[in-house]
Amino acid sequence: MNKNNITKALLAGLSLSFAASSFTAIAADVPAGTKLAEKQELVKGNGSEVASIDPHKTQGVPESNVILDLLEGLVTQDAEGNTIPGVAESWETTDNKTFIFHLRKNAKWSNGDPVTAHDFVYSFQRAVDPATASPYSWYLDMTTMLNAADIIAGKKDKSTLGVKAIDDYTFEVKLATPVPYFVMMMGHTTMMPVHKATVEKYGEQWTKPENFVGNGAFVMSKWVVNERIEMTPNKNYWDNDKTVLTKVTYLPLENYVAEMNRFLAGEIDMTYDVPNEHFKRLKKEHAESLAIKGDLCTYYYSLNTHKAPFDDLRVRKAVSYAIDRDVIAKFLLGKGEKPAYGLTPEIVAHFDPVLPPYAKLTQKERNAEAKKLLEEAGYNAANPLKFSLLYNTSENHKKLAVAIGSMWKKTLGVEVTLENQEWKTYLETKNQGNFQAARASWCGDYNEASTFTSLMEGNNTTGGVHYKSAEYDKLTEQAILSTSEEERQKLYYAQEALLAKDMPIIPIYQYVKARLLNPHVGGYAHHNAEDKNYSKNMYIIAD
Amino acid sequence: MFKFILKRVIEAIPTLLVLITVSFFLMRFAPGSPFSSERELPPQVMQNINAKYGLDKPVFEQYTTYLTNVLQGDLGPSFKYQDFTVNELVVAALPVSAKIGAFAFIFALVCGVAIGTIAALKQNTWLDYGLMSTSMLGIVMPSFVLAPVLIYIFSIGLGWFPAGGWFDGSLKYMVLPVLGMAMMYVATFARITRGSMIETLNSNFIRTARAKGLSFSYIVLRHALKPAMLPVVSYMGPAFVGIITGSVVIETIFGLPGIGKLFVNAAFNRDYSLVMGITILIGLLFIVFNAIVDILLAYVDPKIRY
Repeated sequence: MNKNNITKALLAGLSLSFAASSFTAIAADVPAGTKLAEKQELVKGNGSEVASIDPHKTQGVPESNVILDLLEGLVTQDAEGNTIPGVAESWETTDNKTFIFHLRKNAKWSNGDPVTAHDFVYSFQRAVDPATASPYSWYLDMTTMLNAADIIAGKKDKSTLGVKAIDDYTFEVKLATPVPYFVMMMGHTTMMPVHKATVEKYGEQWTKPENFVGNGAFVMSKWVVNERIEMTPNKNYWDNDKTVLTKVTYLPLENYVAEMNRFLAGEIDMTYDVPNEHFKRLKKEHAESLAIKGDLCTYYYSLNTHKAPFDDLRVRKAVSYAIDRDVIAKFLLGKGEKPAYGLTPEIVAHFDPVLPPYAKLTQKERNAEAKKLLEEAGYNAANPLKFSLLYNTSENHKKLAVAIGSMWKKTLGVEVTLENQEWKTYLETKNQGNFQAARASWCGDYNEASTFTSLMEGNNTTGGVHYKSAEYDKLTEQAILSTSEEERQKLYYAQEALLAKDMPIIPIYQYVKARLLNPHVGGYAHHNAEDKNYSKNMYIIAD
Repeated sequence: MFKFILKRVIEAIPTLLVLITVSFFLMRFAPGSPFSSERELPPQVMQNINAKYGLDKPVFEQYTTYLTNVLQGDLGPSFKYQDFTVNELVVAALPVSAKIGAFAFIFALVCGVAIGTIAALKQNTWLDYGLMSTSMLGIVMPSFVLAPVLIYIFSIGLGWFPAGGWFDGSLKYMVLPVLGMAMMYVATFARITRGSMIETLNSNFIRTARAKGLSFSYIVLRHALKPAMLPVVSYMGPAFVGIITGSVVIETIFGLPGIGKLFVNAAFNRDYSLVMGITILIGLLFIVFNAIVDILLAYVDPKIRY
């Protein structure tokens, strides 16, 4: 379960026996014979400054990274991304609608209080309470937790949420519809518990290091906004004996070149990302430090099907077919990204879709088909297709837009106007539907296809409003009601097939997560699709 | 003097009010919301967030509420960094930028004035050309080029100084940011000083002093330096505010928790209250330091009296 089955006492004993600057771990998950460094301190780059460390106020990846070290939910993940027990030791359900979680009795908050079912009742209610105004409250609605939607809308009191403490260590959740992957969804940041007494005593100030009480493997010891967050092990954590690191530091470094420089200067052990323009050089000069893995994200262009010219299916298909995704993935990006022909990336657990027909054609055949479709739609050299492509200001998006624009120009004679807008302006323009084609991307909240397919549901304001397919929405309903994993996957494949048929979006590539990782860092989750790197599983190997 | 200060304080009130009003409405009319994200939030969720931050009220009501709070010294909660108030963020970030800025300013002033004076005294010699072309390099080389070069040489290459971080302002963490920030100002101070010094040295009273047979170094230090400093002093006010309120480039490259990065991020995040808070702060600093410069000018220039 935990990557480092090694106790502090054992460490202490072993360190004595080695006396010098390192000692050998004999625990199963720290590979036998591994010499651990005397200084067990890890410095991680974390992208941008966290908006908050209150799980009910956040929605981003940097926040999630920090919170997963500070708070522990009912379930957690192993290095491979499998859902494993967290505060809940076990769980049961007979109908995928009512879930009973049995909490471990030795789970404690950092102040020594026991973690009980009441804490989860309080926290889940807090997450949907309109007064909390959690930006991710919709996530609980997505689990179909009883009355969540009505509570968020202010129609019902938070006490009516489908959660109950049967006793101190038995927690019950009731859903409106069966959700077979509900337990997996409980690993999300929004589902983390908070310590009621602390939140009520300090209000908005409860997250300050001097007030903070958590139940995760670490507690915050220092927070300098825009510089660093420091953590030390939580002595009261139920599994603290297995924590090897003595200090974890998160640095908010938005500039990936600056982050890379600090890595090269030996100040960071693990970066958040790698600057694309330096990737080739790093691969050549620091190959041992590059860690690349699949990521739960898809890059795509969204087409506004309510506006000309993309209200015409033939035009949508033509522009999609004419993109040479192999060139984009291999040559333009080149970090190991894969071409995408669906919204859901292949890395998603149990997801193995049949490629849509156009993906099986050669690029030459696709181009020919694209030309044919565009001509049928009435566009030709005398009347070329013209549209604008919106993207948020970024060198990478620009590079892709220019390349794809030239593919369209060369193959179809299309005249594309590239329009870049700063992030918030871009969001506003996109959300108001004032675009023809727009860059978009999505990263899954949990490792199941519905975190992607739900984006295109008719009532989803992000992607669905520009699609609105009754057939697609019906498949969603069937998938939710399906109790068989196999059947559900088939329904997702059918949804993907429908997206390929209707082409409201143009999937372009599947992301990878590339970062610089000092080879002396052990326990890194090389195969966790959600890139959850719990610091409690990590350790520093002696040089 | 007291009358002068009083006048400045009274003048500052409408200036600040206009600044607050214009920035408040400009911010509100900028496209995008502080809470928009890649996945558009459902209307009910958005409504709850807007209600929490008072954004569901009419804009004018938001304005009057804001103004009332500002008068009581409350700049409100940050919309982005939700665990902090604007007051807390500014109080934490200003000293970082101010400390780096003050060091960079002193360094720039001392080096710049010295270089400018030497260049003026050795006018049209190789020394003059050498110093001035180097200082031109300082002006034209932007900090986003200079700072990484410093990091490559002194951090990654020689390992003398850290490539970033603040660590409560320990000296070794400050050396490269201070250098990266000061170079442009060194060059500017040097050029202003040189021009002004040459002009002063050619003026009648210096000629008189020379005719009296005074030594050249005495003339420069006793008679020329003070009037030659007039344009430098005028430039010092805005330069000082600019330098202590941080440089987003330097702070981003070196990972410093200063006010420059905070300000730029706040604008990108549409963090209304944080943008407003820092705008007011910078406005106030400009008013204060311009007043200080005026007082200094009166001291340096016998023609000015209040």
